[in-house]
Amino acid sequence: MFTIFGIPGPLLFGQLLLGLINGAFYAMLSLGLAVIFGLLNIINFAHGALFMMGAFVAWMLLNYAGIGYWWALLLAPLIVGAFGLVLERTLISRLYKLDHLYGLLLTFGLALVIEGLFRNEYGSSGMPYQIPSALQGATNLGFMFLPNYRGWVVVAALVVCLATWLLIEKTKLGAMLRAATENAPLVQAFGVNVPRMVTLTYAGGVALAALAGVLAAPIYSVNPNMGSSFINTVFAVVVIGGMGSIIGSVLTGFGLGIIEGLTKVFYPEASATVVFVVMAIVLLTRPAGLFGKAA
Amino acid sequence: MAEMPMLAVDALHAWYGESHILHGVDFTVNEGEVVTLLGRNGAGKTTTMKAIMGLVGRREGSIRYRGTETIALRPDLIARAGIALCPEERGIFASLNVTENLLLPPVVASGGLDLPTIYALFPNLKERSASQGTKLSGGEQQMLAIARILRTGARLLLLDEPTEGLAPVIVQQIGRTIREIKARGFTVLLVEQNFRFAATVADRHYVMEHGKIVDMIPNAALSSNMGKLHEYLGV
Ligand SMILES: Nc1ncnc2c1ncn2[C@@H]1O[C@H](COP(=O)(O)OP(=O)(O)OP(=O)(O)O)[C@@H](O)[C@H]1O
Ligand SMILES: [Mg+2]
Repeated sequence: MFTIFGIPGPLLFGQLLLGLINGAFYAMLSLGLAVIFGLLNIINFAHGALFMMGAFVAWMLLNYAGIGYWWALLLAPLIVGAFGLVLERTLISRLYKLDHLYGLLLTFGLALVIEGLFRNEYGSSGMPYQIPSALQGATNLGFMFLPNYRGWVVVAALVVCLATWLLIEKTKLGAMLRAATENAPLVQAFGVNVPRMVTLTYAGGVALAALAGVLAAPIYSVNPNMGSSFINTVFAVVVIGGMGSIIGSVLTGFGLGIIEGLTKVFYPEASATVVFVVMAIVLLTRPAGLFGKAA
Repeated sequence: MAEMPMLAVDALHAWYGESHILHGVDFTVNEGEVVTLLGRNGAGKTTTMKAIMGLVGRREGSIRYRGTETIALRPDLIARAGIALCPEERGIFASLNVTENLLLPPVVASGGLDLPTIYALFPNLKERSASQGTKLSGGEQQMLAIARILRTGARLLLLDEPTEGLAPVIVQQIGRTIREIKARGFTVLLVEQNFRFAATVADRHYVMEHGKIVDMIPNAALSSNMGKLHEYLGV
């Protein structure tokens, strides 16, 4: 067995992979948060709960309707996205004229309610979700065995992040979104239905969280707390990357996942806090975040 | 029956929060005209433009565009009716490049200028098409802000102080542009502080004071009204 810095190779790569997987989820979740924050100016505290809903909807589709993983990848984001659309129209849209804090309180309350409802119904012990048969097994990379499903999650997350980035930075629709993020009234005065765009953006961010939830279902057990265990770190990612920055949230998401994984190898005691240490350092040196524009 | 004005503003009141800014503004703009709003700083010219676009907190009275009441419409629907604003602060988007800024406003009707025509009018915009919008010079940003609304098919253009803070050669270029778009049949409502410039492009001038229209001077009568104008504008 080979070692690196005195650490057995398989242990190191195993933790790196774990970090990369966590990073993939950090990236997908903070990406949605960043897009929503950019346009709605709301920190969507319900994001973790909606991620959890994505996993639950996949589980329900399988157990109640016999609809498998691949369809769930499509259907769960649509269903949870539609739920987000209703949330925005009926509740969140009432708060745009008020202070940010109200949006934060509302979405935080929504998260508690959603998680509470699922806990009531399904308990908190968690339910397994099978890895789809096509992705079972592992591949020998020479230096380690890579479980196929985990490799798929990393690739899928990268594709999702890249596609979102292309959509926002390189398309006409994305230009409209960026413009409305800067000056929504003017964009509306050019004839764009900005309120509808805001609703669809929220739904899109929510659908992204739900997609991440489906991807997560076979890795972490499907349980009502799966969102809240992620979301603290995800908020740290958003702050470190720079509020509202797309690239920032993706790079920071993957980067922090890897840093966390490495810390588990070299100094396990700090693995739970390293993210927040990084956050403190970044905030002290670059208050707007690594990729944020200084206010 | 007299021909219906393209824009008829009647007893227009507007508020920002609690502050009551417009106190019954009345004026009309006929199709094909260039009409200015003159007035001192704070008279309410920008607020009038914003009120027409639906961008003030609250407005009352009547704003009819081609006979249709727009006082209760959302800004996007007012734009879709065929009115476009070039705002005082220009409103160039920093996160968009020049081409993206130019193509941002959706086409609301046929009859707008096509891109080759726009690039012929504003050659700089073509050269700098990949630059970030706010990296342009002030004059170029103003060109971009005007060019952007010529594409959309809107026929009534609201230009809020397009010459503000620009060098004389650029002001002349903007003057040529305004005469050119008038020749192409666009109708323009122009806010200006500089009435010497206004005189070179406009058909009629309205004078605003304290949120009201206090006078209307046809361009032909401008020179005989110089004394009065100096008093209105405090220049
Ligand atoms: N967003 C706002 N909130 C509150 N008051 C405002 C706001 N914008 C303008 N005002 C006030 O409304 C009045 C009219 O302003 P407006 O911008 O319409 O003037 P203006 O004629 O365009 O002046 P200028 O020539 O300086 O551009 C001013 O007293 C101004 O202080
Ligand atoms: Mg003004």
